Amino acid sequence: MSFNIVVLAKQVPDTRNVGKDAMKADGTVNRAALPAIYNPEDLNALEQALRLKSKIEGATVHILTMGPARAAEIIRESMYRGADGGYLLSGREFAGSDTLATSYALACAIRKIGKVDLIICGRQAIDGDTAQVGPQVAEKLGLPQITYAEEILDLSDNKITIKRRLERGVEIVKGSLPMVVTVNGSAANCRPRHAKLTLKYKHAATPSEKQEAGSDYTDLYDAHPYLNITEWGVNDIEHDIQWLGLSGSPTKVKQIENVVFTAKESKRLTAADVEIESLMKELIANHTIG
Amino acid sequence: MNNIFVYLEIEDGIVGDVSLELLTKGRSLAKQLNCKLEAVAAGYKLDQIGAQVFPFGVDVLHIADDKRLAPYTSLPHTSLLVNLFKEEKPQIALMGATSIGRDLGPRVSSALFSGLTADCTSLEVGTYEDKKAGKVYENLLYQIRPAFGGNIVATIVNPDCRPQMATVREGVMKKEIKDPKFVGKTRKLDVSKYVADTDFVVEVIERHMEKSKLNIKGSPIIVSGGYGVGSAENFKLLHELAATLGGEVGASRAAVDAGFSEHERQIGQTGTTVRPKLYIACGISGQIQHIAGMQESAMIIAINNDPKAPINAIADYVITGTVEDVLPKMIKFYKKNSK
Repeated sequence: MSFNIVVLAKQVPDTRNVGKDAMKADGTVNRAALPAIYNPEDLNALEQALRLKSKIEGATVHILTMGPARAAEIIRESMYRGADGGYLLSGREFAGSDTLATSYALACAIRKIGKVDLIICGRQAIDGDTAQVGPQVAEKLGLPQITYAEEILDLSDNKITIKRRLERGVEIVKGSLPMVVTVNGSAANCRPRHAKLTLKYKHAATPSEKQEAGSDYTDLYDAHPYLNITEWGVNDIEHDIQWLGLSGSPTKVKQIENVVFTAKESKRLTAADVEIESLMKELIANHTIG
Repeated sequence: MNNIFVYLEIEDGIVGDVSLELLTKGRSLAKQLNCKLEAVAAGYKLDQIGAQVFPFGVDVLHIADDKRLAPYTSLPHTSLLVNLFKEEKPQIALMGATSIGRDLGPRVSSALFSGLTADCTSLEVGTYEDKKAGKVYENLLYQIRPAFGGNIVATIVNPDCRPQMATVREGVMKKEIKDPKFVGKTRKLDVSKYVADTDFVVEVIERHMEKSKLNIKGSPIIVSGGYGVGSAENFKLLHELAATLGGEVGASRAAVDAGFSEHERQIGQTGTTVRPKLYIACGISGQIQHIAGMQESAMIIAINNDPKAPINAIADYVITGTVEDVLPKMIKFYKKNSK
């Protein structure tokens, strides 16, 4: 019996390690200074998917990502960790999408993939921190959702049991498949790359990547069809253009500002005993502490 | 019609602070926009909700009281809001940026095709000019939020779709009673008209909710640590200093990500916003996303071995040194000089 899992993943700029050169002098983000990485919570999601794959006979795990050509990197990365393959949804029609337009495009792509039993994604992406795309994809597909998942405890008789980690507690919930599950960063880390898989999938590529590399490897892809990463443009999915990109995005950015904090005049101290003691005396005297 | 709606988060019959903060903000927006403030309570045994929210100036309280609506599950609460909003056509809908609001908000916004902005740090009213379409929109909700890891602040608007939806974290807005004697209208909803039986597809088997033991938001003194603290072991020093001074321990996102501290202690745009009397920042470099959550502290002491750490710019006192060296001295000299 087949059991098809789709993991929604995103390639994001690494906003957690923003250095001094992350902002340009004109106040815009210097994307070149930020490395593109696999969104961390999507890796947690991939791990949950791979665990199910190892438990359920005939289960497959495919990645679906929307982004520019280079986002195929995270599909390969997923294959190195045990995924079966993936789909890249790419094209300028998708540019300017807010979370709703993104969710609509992803939902169209999932319908095109066909029979999907479980959709898993990270709770949120670190470039926007919105946590909206998972639930919105679920709504677009008319599926139920379980968010903030920390662990998939059981999957049997078409029912999934999940432990959710919430701000102030834990919940165990159960629901019927198909379902959309969003996974927390507190879930298990993703297994490392596997050397054998890395060798196997090193040349996995999308049609655009193959084109760029030249045609030397045509035989390779004919002989090893698993190396083909599916790439879809807007015409490959059934869609209504008004719900895509800017026109499908109800939110508009009015203004972007660089964040500037007003500097204070600070007193500089060293760690010497006398200086720390006089500071503590001062804080006690002015009733800040004590 | 065209009023402001706030979704109330309810646990054990008590309305959460985040919802009361949003009612306070909603009240002032309603005054500016000359409309009414309405609230939605969905759950079970909600008799005491009115008494809790009317003092915040709620003109109309919609109550959906049904055993099946508590504890919260996504689809029934979504259907309730979606169908209620279709009837009432609010111009603005606000909810907490909590594990409930961030589960519910996106689903409602998708069903209504109305824009939602997550984790707003400020909400204002203003005009928006769509130059391409040559159209000017008056009285839009400016949904102001940090983006890109907090390096930029974006103002988002929803020109054409209603309601304009936003989530806000607990502690970001101030909670203020308008009139303790004020009583608005109560409207009991017939739940079966809004929620279908087929919405109850996810079952909550077990539930352990803790009342937060921490009160970081309300603590007058916060000793907070960043990645520079170096280890969970060194974080114990922070706990020691906090216990000595009668404060709480906070942490930056980097320290939480590194596993030095629990997530509920996180301060910053993706954590709690605090305004203590004294904020002692230990080994915190001062990423914007952290500073945004503590810059309104009355006094800031920064302890860092990097004399050029960005946080120093907003600190009243900058101590150049290591946490291991400075914190024990602060404890020692406090004990010696207090009382």
